[in-house]
Amino acid sequence: MLADFFEYDFLRHTFLTGILIGLIAPLLGTFIVVRRLSLIADALSHVTLAGIAFGLFLDKKFAIAWITPFYGGMIFSVIGSILIEKLRGVYKAFQELAIPIILSGGVGLSVIFISLADGFNTDLFNYLFGSVSAVSRNDFFTILGISIFILIVIGLFYKELFTLSFDEEHATISGIHAKRIHLLFIILTALVIAASIRIVGVLLVSALMTLPVAASMQLAKGFKQMMFLSVAFGELAVIGGLISGYYLSIPPGGTIVMISILILLLSIGYKRLSVTSKKRRTAHEHA
Amino acid sequence: MSEAVVTMNNISYAYEHKKVLDHVNFEIPRGAFMGLVGPNGGGKTTLIKLILGLIKPDEGDIQLLHEPINKFNQWNKIGFVSQKANSFNRGFPATVYEVVSMGLTAKVGYLRFFNKTHKAKIRQAIDQVGMLDYVNENIGNLSGGQQQRIFIARALVNDPELLILDEPTVGVDFENVKRFYELLHQLNEQRNITLLLVTHDTGTMTEHATDIVCLNKQLHFHGDPKAYAALSEKDFSKFYGHPVNLVIHDH
Ligand SMILES: Nc1ncnc2c1ncn2[C@@H]1O[C@H](COP(=O)(O)OP(=O)(O)O)[C@@H](O)[C@H]1O
Ligand SMILES: [Mg+2]
Repeated sequence: MLADFFEYDFLRHTFLTGILIGLIAPLLGTFIVVRRLSLIADALSHVTLAGIAFGLFLDKKFAIAWITPFYGGMIFSVIGSILIEKLRGVYKAFQELAIPIILSGGVGLSVIFISLADGFNTDLFNYLFGSVSAVSRNDFFTILGISIFILIVIGLFYKELFTLSFDEEHATISGIHAKRIHLLFIILTALVIAASIRIVGVLLVSALMTLPVAASMQLAKGFKQMMFLSVAFGELAVIGGLISGYYLSIPPGGTIVMISILILLLSIGYKRLSVTSKKRRTAHEHA
Repeated sequence: MSEAVVTMNNISYAYEHKKVLDHVNFEIPRGAFMGLVGPNGGGKTTLIKLILGLIKPDEGDIQLLHEPINKFNQWNKIGFVSQKANSFNRGFPATVYEVVSMGLTAKVGYLRFFNKTHKAKIRQAIDQVGMLDYVNENIGNLSGGQQQRIFIARALVNDPELLILDEPTVGVDFENVKRFYELLHQLNEQRNITLLLVTHDTGTMTEHATDIVCLNKQLHFHGDPKAYAALSEKDFSKFYGHPVNLVIHDH
């Protein structure tokens, strides 16, 4: 079944890229979920869409090809992430306001650039729902670079990111530079989103960052374990989703998310079962 | 001759236009076990935020370990267990070990990793609060009193000289409150850690404290438990701004 993925270049690049994002999206997702920022991923993916539309528009109207939609998306995503962080500073008491502001701004800009670029086409459809055939050799190497960068930064700043996520006030008192670490973190998030969109699509990228984490939260003991489990679930969903999407001719965004939801349901079910059986066991012991 | 760990000179502080602290002067002598009491909204948490440098006084100056607070940089010598510590997100998936390790994050520093000494230190701090059996348990699965011990361990892992606790026993049952005070007493006596404890259970606190301070916008009393016990209902009504029934236990 996998044979096609190794035979055709474009599929191989998609497959390898899938493995990369199956790693980095849930990895960052763990921090996003525990900091209750799940919606930030949605806001940023819509800003990324605006950047993609901007890239398409430049290409179509001015034949400027060096800002490809992929790079356009990445640039917009990073700028959007910095704006979110700034807005969170402006609305200290209502930090979540930053999210709808940036999200609607992203959608608004997308609409404008899409219509300026003469509307919808297949390319855009691929960006919305992901595609198994959209990853070029160039994209793959860019995403590889981003992934290595993200792994190194998370490795180096793991303890600060973890400490800040758990208890920001305490972390700040102890002398950790909360603002700078937040900024770094949100820029990483923007990069992961831009990297993932080729495969899962704008509308579903936040699912890949949060669903595997939601599932592993049911089962894990401790944060590190949750991280590893999230990555395992993420890989399972991406690989399973790419293969089934290819053979069923469905955009992989859809299959990846549905597999993630299946994993989530299974882990909730497993947790329920193990809790009830534990209760029953203790009830026996007490009887 | 007792030296001061914290000195506050003429401190005033207001949130927007509401004055919360009005020319407060006080010192925490090294080695003290200081209980800070007062009505809700009396400014206790605000005073602690000032000591921790989270907010700056409108008037007056603060010294920590003999250094002006704006030059002070030995924050790892000051441990803090917040009022909010027991209302943290219970679902947060972190083990006891992981929570306590966070106490060392800032001390270890950027771009550095925990080494063997740090790891031993973390286990030692968990042992000190008697929670070594739970080292790999998720913190959310522990009782309120056990969680509070873990937060103390997170502070202890830095070998603090001063440990500040803001209402740590809220929501902890009586039996565990007693054990909690025994732990604090031990830290104070054996490890010579200076303690500043905000609390409402004055009964248990007065058994262990060496100094008691009453704060309601201004400092109304500073003395030892004996002097505190000798206060009359009239004195208390004055501190609290309304009549109070004394509930100091006799010992
Ligand atoms: N962040 C804040 N903004 C505005 N007012 C505040 C803030 N924090 C506390 N206050 C007010 O300051 C007063 C003192 O609060 P606090 O120091 O928390 O008292 P305590 O800890 O003794 O209960 C209260 O009236 C409270 O409403
Ligand atoms: Mg308070």
